[in-house]
Amino acid sequence: MKVTFPHMGHLWICLKAMLEYLGVDTVVPPPSTRRTLDLGSKHAPEFACMPLKLNLGNFMEASEMGADTILMAGGCGPCRFGYYAQVEYEILKDLGYNYRLVVMEPPEKRISELLSRIRQITGNRSWLEVIRGIKFGYRKARAVDELEMSAMRLRPREIIPGQTDAALSAALDEIAGAGRPEDLPEAVERAEEIMRGVAWENRPAIRVGLVGEIYTLLEPFANLDIERKLGRLGVEADRSIYLSEWVNDHLFMGLVRGIRSSRLYKKSAAPYLRHFVGGHGQETLGGAVYYKNLGYDGVIQVLPFTCMPEIVAQSILPGFSRETGTPVMTLIVDEQSGDAGLVTRLEAFVDLLAEKRRGKERLA
Amino acid sequence: MIGFLGLDVGSVSTNLVFLSEKGRVLESVYLRTNGRPIQAVQRGLRQIQGLLPPKTVIRGVGATGSGRNLAGIIAGADVIKNEITSHAVAANRMVPGVRTVLEIGGQDSKIIILRDGVVVDFAMNTVCAAGTGSFLDQQAARLNIEIENFGELALKSRAPVRIAGRCAVFAESDMIHKQQMGYDLPDILAGLCEALVRNYLSNVGKGKDISAPVVFQGGVAANRGMKAAFERALQTEVIIPPHFDVMGAAGAAMLARDFVSRGAPTRFKGFGAAEAGFEAGSFECGGCPNLCEVVEIREEGSVIARWGDRCGRWSVRAARENIS
Repeated sequence: MKVTFPHMGHLWICLKAMLEYLGVDTVVPPPSTRRTLDLGSKHAPEFACMPLKLNLGNFMEASEMGADTILMAGGCGPCRFGYYAQVEYEILKDLGYNYRLVVMEPPEKRISELLSRIRQITGNRSWLEVIRGIKFGYRKARAVDELEMSAMRLRPREIIPGQTDAALSAALDEIAGAGRPEDLPEAVERAEEIMRGVAWENRPAIRVGLVGEIYTLLEPFANLDIERKLGRLGVEADRSIYLSEWVNDHLFMGLVRGIRSSRLYKKSAAPYLRHFVGGHGQETLGGAVYYKNLGYDGVIQVLPFTCMPEIVAQSILPGFSRETGTPVMTLIVDEQSGDAGLVTRLEAFVDLLAEKRRGKERLA
Repeated sequence: MIGFLGLDVGSVSTNLVFLSEKGRVLESVYLRTNGRPIQAVQRGLRQIQGLLPPKTVIRGVGATGSGRNLAGIIAGADVIKNEITSHAVAANRMVPGVRTVLEIGGQDSKIIILRDGVVVDFAMNTVCAAGTGSFLDQQAARLNIEIENFGELALKSRAPVRIAGRCAVFAESDMIHKQQMGYDLPDILAGLCEALVRNYLSNVGKGKDISAPVVFQGGVAANRGMKAAFERALQTEVIIPPHFDVMGAAGAAMLARDFVSRGAPTRFKGFGAAEAGFEAGSFECGGCPNLCEVVEIREEGSVIARWGDRCGRWSVRAARENIS
């Protein structure tokens, strides 16, 4: 059995750690590229959203490397993603791929539901080992997230352009390379050391909160590297969803305390949206309010074309923007790879935020 | 004479303006990009030089439009600015107090909301080409009328027909249907204007607080049928500023004027840039499966800029200073 899974940002680092700790043969698909998208779009329904196309491409590329089992998240509710595992599996079957499919539906009541699904992959390992494996993966996710956060603070302040991203990629390699749980603390130490090596100066940065659909937020290939582009424009970005937070909310049912949780967003979304609308629609509104309360200059919503939950959120955001005076911009991503339009919008939005801040400072 | 140059290199047209020391547009040139932006910029430079007195001194240059980086490198621009900011600056200086800017160009359309002279909101069409100049061009060509006469004809309509404007394909099939039913040409043209305005307002203008004074600019503002359709839909007067078709270039020139007033010497390469040998080449980077097409601009044989790579391996790292 050789297990693979779709890419979503740096998800692979924590899944690989967990699976390999449990002795499962793992195939990490090549990073999502133009080729992945071409393969996926060729065989996916045209009207499906971009994540489906990239997932499909990931599985096709992983199969070339010998993968035979897919491990994928499920879900239920208005967002179509919950059904993508099955749809992708059927498409692959029609194309003649011999994959086995294991879907990790989020546990509805008890965490034991998740554990039993994981055991389908891990076989006869003891529960204690399985839990240790999950914990190892989770700790890596947390480490990755913290590195990304520090990169977002550094990018607008780095002295040598591009140094932060070079450091981030070296630091992530350290985390990914830690083979055993006992190696992780030292790897984290080395990774932090690498990040501390980035030369920076203290300059004021515009702050932008990124909200929206999880896949397009976490996957740089899908969002055309929006975090890096903002960093180059002198913007300190943050995003409403990080991998470790999502895992804690949806797979551990909030077991880990002391980190940001989607419950916070549900609460802060209340003046604008009090219902679950599928996907991360409610979190998008909640995130916007959250960033406004933290004094961020503006909010950017990112979503894949045709994403229903985010379309609901998109139609409510102008009201939020009017009432709170927080500039909001929506970016829809799809198969197009030309980024001139994106850059133009980002530059104009940053101009707007900078002008607004100057106005405030004049009054103060 | 002393003044400033603005260049707006768009997908369809390339515009240049010459701005006086006081900030007034004195000369402008409007030409087709024809998919060859380098040649368009060089032709534009030659043409505007021909319109200016021989001893004109250029104090500053601004570039905008989707080809702004290219234009900026060829001419030696002091300011390289996105087209939204440039359009807003020009509208605000020509129509002080403007609160809404409607801009429809050849390949895109945008709305800009200003309050007290500051941009507070904007949107660009993202997923739809219906409602841009090229669609009007195409329909005019299909009906065998000059695009210049489109607006006048539309104004003759007394009962515009209803045409679906949500999608260029729907609109076209609807128009053909109406034309075969025997409707009058002016009624069909006016109906098309109304459809495009509806599409624009519900797509680009969605959720935006549109209030007067409203300015309409971009190449499509030449179409009086479109102006009338906007006025009917918004129930307010729509102002078409002088130089409505070169507002992006005017804004870029104004920004260049602001910039050099802080004492910086211009980077303008001189009108000789029109004769220099620029070459654009591209190659596929094999560093990863993204296979980015990297564009390389050479001046007299040596590389002066590269872009098009996702990872930044090739591009000249000059982005940050261009923005601030």
